Amino acid sequence: MGTPKLSLEGVRKRFGSKVVLDGVDLEVYPGESVVVMGGSGTGKSVMLKCVLGLIQPDSGRILLDGRDITHLRGREREQLLRRFGMLFQGGALFDSLRVWRNVSFGLMSAQRMSKRDARARAVDILAKVGLGPDVGDLRPAELSGGMQKRVALARAIATNPEIIFFDEPTAGLDPIMADVINKLIIERVRDLGATALTITHDMASARKIADRIGMLHAGKIIWAGPVAEIDRSGNPYVEQFIHGRAEGPITMAVRRQ
Amino acid sequence: MTIAANPVANVGRATLEFLADVGRLCIFAAQSLLAVFTPPFYFANLGRQLLSVGFYSLPVVGLTALFTGAVLAQQIYIGTGRFNAEATVPTIVVFGITRELGPVIASLMVAGRVAAAMAAELGTMRVTEQIDALTTLATNPFRYLIAPRVLAATLMLPILVLIGDIIGVMGGWLLATTVLDYNSIGYLQRTVDFLETWDVISGLIKAGVFGFIIALMGCYQGFNSSGGAQGVGRATTNAVVSASILILAANYIITSIAFTD
Ligand SMILES: Nc1ncnc2c1ncn2[C@@H]1O[C@H](COP(=O)(O)OP(=O)(O)O)[C@@H](O)[C@H]1O
Ligand SMILES: [Mg+2]
Repeated sequence: MGTPKLSLEGVRKRFGSKVVLDGVDLEVYPGESVVVMGGSGTGKSVMLKCVLGLIQPDSGRILLDGRDITHLRGREREQLLRRFGMLFQGGALFDSLRVWRNVSFGLMSAQRMSKRDARARAVDILAKVGLGPDVGDLRPAELSGGMQKRVALARAIATNPEIIFFDEPTAGLDPIMADVINKLIIERVRDLGATALTITHDMASARKIADRIGMLHAGKIIWAGPVAEIDRSGNPYVEQFIHGRAEGPITMAVRRQ
Repeated sequence: MTIAANPVANVGRATLEFLADVGRLCIFAAQSLLAVFTPPFYFANLGRQLLSVGFYSLPVVGLTALFTGAVLAQQIYIGTGRFNAEATVPTIVVFGITRELGPVIASLMVAGRVAAAMAAELGTMRVTEQIDALTTLATNPFRYLIAPRVLAATLMLPILVLIGDIIGVMGGWLLATTVLDYNSIGYLQRTVDFLETWDVISGLIKAGVFGFIIALMGCYQGFNSSGGAQGVGRATTNAVVSASILILAANYIITSIAFTD
């Protein structure tokens, strides 16, 4: 399959004495859509943040197109991040800025697009996620949860990134809105020819979005395979997770520490 | 456990943590200063901060200056009256206001307003991952968020203090001419007669330093906050307390090192 677009090799991260990532190995190939599942608090978001450089991993390597990007800082990191899009778990919309400024933020600040062009582009992109131009003038606080997710999605894809991360894109949405978001993700990713890495614990969403699925548990990817094989993984952890059973090898820690 | 049993280890740990904190703050201050001088510059953000630090602090600074000037005149009148030197009241009032009370009281008031607001805003942005989002949109948060705040506060505090100085002197004058029996023109004449430019300038320099401290502490606490709404609340309190203490400490240090003449 050639060089992976993105690969994580033995990525480890601990906070104090709490080990969150304990040697994560994961490969995502160009144009592929990979979904990582895992229980709450298993470090799925931390994994994405390690790739983006928001959190420095303690050890391990992160490669983009075969180039080690683990320790890039400053301007080099800034250049690199222009190739990424990220949909944050909580949306992370800038609440001091109007929706259209949120959507075109990357275009204006990183690509130095003029205000007028950026605004026109923002309206285009909003239309692609099913929002009218009038939404552009609202503030994020005035939007419903589903609309916020769409705006966050619009912001993540606005700069035509090569690789896009979606962190729990459907969490907290009703099933219909969740499906709308799934469709948008599939459509937009295909449209851009981008590579996608999605975090979710919504099985319906995973089946829809993924080419390949990986399961993160106890700081490692314990199983990975094509989406079609998920139902016959033979892995008791995966089985328990996809059937949503409380009984099984995975025991939920109640406390975070 | 050993925590209770070994006070020496405890003191040692606390000292190390304190030094680490000071170190982190110094690095943060250096990064902030660097960001002020590195493009791209976000002029719209700077404008917004100039307005919120400067313009919206005017009422607070004006009112405190007015009352401070008045009470200062009253007290100095009583003090100087004990050795028949009431004629020196205008001179001492303007001296006290320009060199000390103007910059210190205005800065403490602005610290309460501005450091708290900055810590709350940046803290909320931190816990809702907006600062992470900025970074992933290839925008340096130090240049986008912190540089405009630090620059705005450092520039606006001297202006606020200059206005406060004038209002403070007027407060003293108002009291002296209405409650006490001073002649209006004579009081003002006495105010400027012995005033040196350096009295005013040294106060304004202090104000600039205090402005920097206010924005720095507000940004530092907000930027490093964690733990949801409670964490933001803690950051806000810490910002005001640490800014106030640092202002008073810096005031003493600056005065004793640089402004002894
Ligand atoms: N910046 C941080 N500092 C300390 N602990 C953190 C930090 N970020 C995440 N954690 C901890 O790491 C664990 C994994 O978090 P996260 O990746 O957000 O989980 P999830 O898999 O639900 O996305 C959690 O226990 C969280 O408390
Ligand atoms: Mg998460």
